[in-house]
Amino acid sequence: MTITDTPVNNGVNVQALLGAREALSAAPEAAEFTWRATCTWRNGTHSHSTLNGFTGLGAEQQHRTTFEYDVDHPECFASEDNGATPTEVVLVGLASCLTAGVAAVAQFREIQLRSVTATIEGQMNVLGILGADPDIRNGFETVTVRFDIDADASREDLEALVAQSQKRSAVFDIVTNPTKVLVELA
Amino acid sequence: MSALIQTTAAVVGAGHAGLAMSRRLTERSIDHVVLERGEVANSWRTQRWPTLRLLTPNWQTRLPGHDYAGDDPDGYMPVTDVVATITRYARLVGAPVRTATTVHTVRAVPEGFEIRANGDVLRTRAVVLATGACNLPAIPGIAGAVPPSITTLNPLTYRDPGQLPDGGVLVVGASATGVQLAGEIHRSGRPVTLAVGEHVRLPRTYRGRDIFWWLEATGLLAERYDEVDDLTRARHLPSPQLTGTPEAVTTDLNTLTAVGIRIVGRLGRITDGVAQFSGALANTCALADLKMNRFLNRADQWATASGLDDDLPPPHRFAPTYVDPRTPLELDLTSGEITTVLWATGFRPDHSWLDIPVRDRTGHIRHDGGVVTGAPGLYVLGMPLLRTRASTYIHGAGADSEALAGHLHSFLGSRHQ
Repeated sequence: MTITDTPVNNGVNVQALLGAREALSAAPEAAEFTWRATCTWRNGTHSHSTLNGFTGLGAEQQHRTTFEYDVDHPECFASEDNGATPTEVVLVGLASCLTAGVAAVAQFREIQLRSVTATIEGQMNVLGILGADPDIRNGFETVTVRFDIDADASREDLEALVAQSQKRSAVFDIVTNPTKVLVELA
Repeated sequence: MSALIQTTAAVVGAGHAGLAMSRRLTERSIDHVVLERGEVANSWRTQRWPTLRLLTPNWQTRLPGHDYAGDDPDGYMPVTDVVATITRYARLVGAPVRTATTVHTVRAVPEGFEIRANGDVLRTRAVVLATGACNLPAIPGIAGAVPPSITTLNPLTYRDPGQLPDGGVLVVGASATGVQLAGEIHRSGRPVTLAVGEHVRLPRTYRGRDIFWWLEATGLLAERYDEVDDLTRARHLPSPQLTGTPEAVTTDLNTLTAVGIRIVGRLGRITDGVAQFSGALANTCALADLKMNRFLNRADQWATASGLDDDLPPPHRFAPTYVDPRTPLELDLTSGEITTVLWATGFRPDHSWLDIPVRDRTGHIRHDGGVVTGAPGLYVLGMPLLRTRASTYIHGAGADSEALAGHLHSFLGSRHQ
């Protein structure tokens, strides 16, 4: 699909992904992953989350470093704005998951990407979380993602790329489908 | 009174696939029986709703040594005609069918296989499983969460809208079965909501020809199981959104929306009686539109390369699937609005009587184009994309039975040595 003569390189190791798919299909227990994070309350709506380890490939795994996130609410909510809101973190998760998918699918389909920018918006009526109107849900009413993609491909191919990235996205599935969530006291 | 019966081969199931195999075995003078729990074409007689028609046009409903000879080659056979066709075929090929013979177990023994059917014991050197892919409804686990006040049906228990209580109907699944039954139930005056997951959109006709003409002409149906990119996925592809009607109309989500059927996303969960639907409906539909257009592009390229553009109406494209931005994500099944849930979520084969360890971890029989893995002499026939994409349809049994009968013949020969 590319018009360049140089090999398509979006920095995605397709061979490794295809190899993993084959290996994990043969050893399905290794495909069971558990992702985790630890969130500690600081003050007010400010919390600090760290994540490092996860389980997968039949063993305990470590990130290369511990990642840390400060999450808070903005001053218009009478908070100190020490970090993004949790809802914005969800938007980051969805946009970055879809963007990674665009790159991976483009590599697989031999489409050279020059730039990809996703602009994501989540519409929410806060009367829901304020408990002021029982007919309004807490979460997003709608989420819109707009991809600007510069690549050696037709518009139709890019539409297919974006559609496929949604189909294979974990966070897109998490956001669009119900998930069983258990919250308990330790 | 039980008998011990010795045959060289046994075919389980006297549907179109089993009978095609019987003909192939007869051609090779291989002594065999065809075991049938009911009558010939039993599933078509007892497990299909009366208004069902084949998705494939009559001219394509051909079996080895038997082409369609009726006066409506472009029509779609009603289920009664399918029964008549298969019954006629059984006589034509002189198939040694033992009707009313239910197979209880098939197991491996040193000299081949032992089949227990009714009170009899059969010893054979080869067994062909031809009981079909649609013996049981594939119903998701969430069905257990449907409130007990709701009537639930599946395609094997559904007969006609008259058996449904008054009130709204939630049809879960939008492949061939779901779209046909959604339309039929809607015409009975009941409000219908259709939950749509991943689906295959195809127009009934394109450029004046049936879509199956295009699927065959372009070579798509001939694509082999060892050539397709992702065999597991291809074998689990939902049936296309097609219906057989005398008018050859297209039945897609747009036509269903236009008559007033409410389209919602894939049914994900039922919590406290509230059904929750996926918010990914727009992308699900976009993917189906893209894939349809990809095939139409291929069809147009083939027509041009074949020099047929002057003989066919010009290429065109269909409107994208409309998704209402106000599509609800929830439906309260306890409100009284919905009185029936119809699970049109696909079918699965029933090989529960097969007592030979040949299944993968998901319960599917492992096979290489119908040659069952790890059980020499055991074959399976009449499954989706068994050997080619045509295997999914009746006419696919012709080439599949030829290939497998050839393999079976060689297997018997090798065992003689």
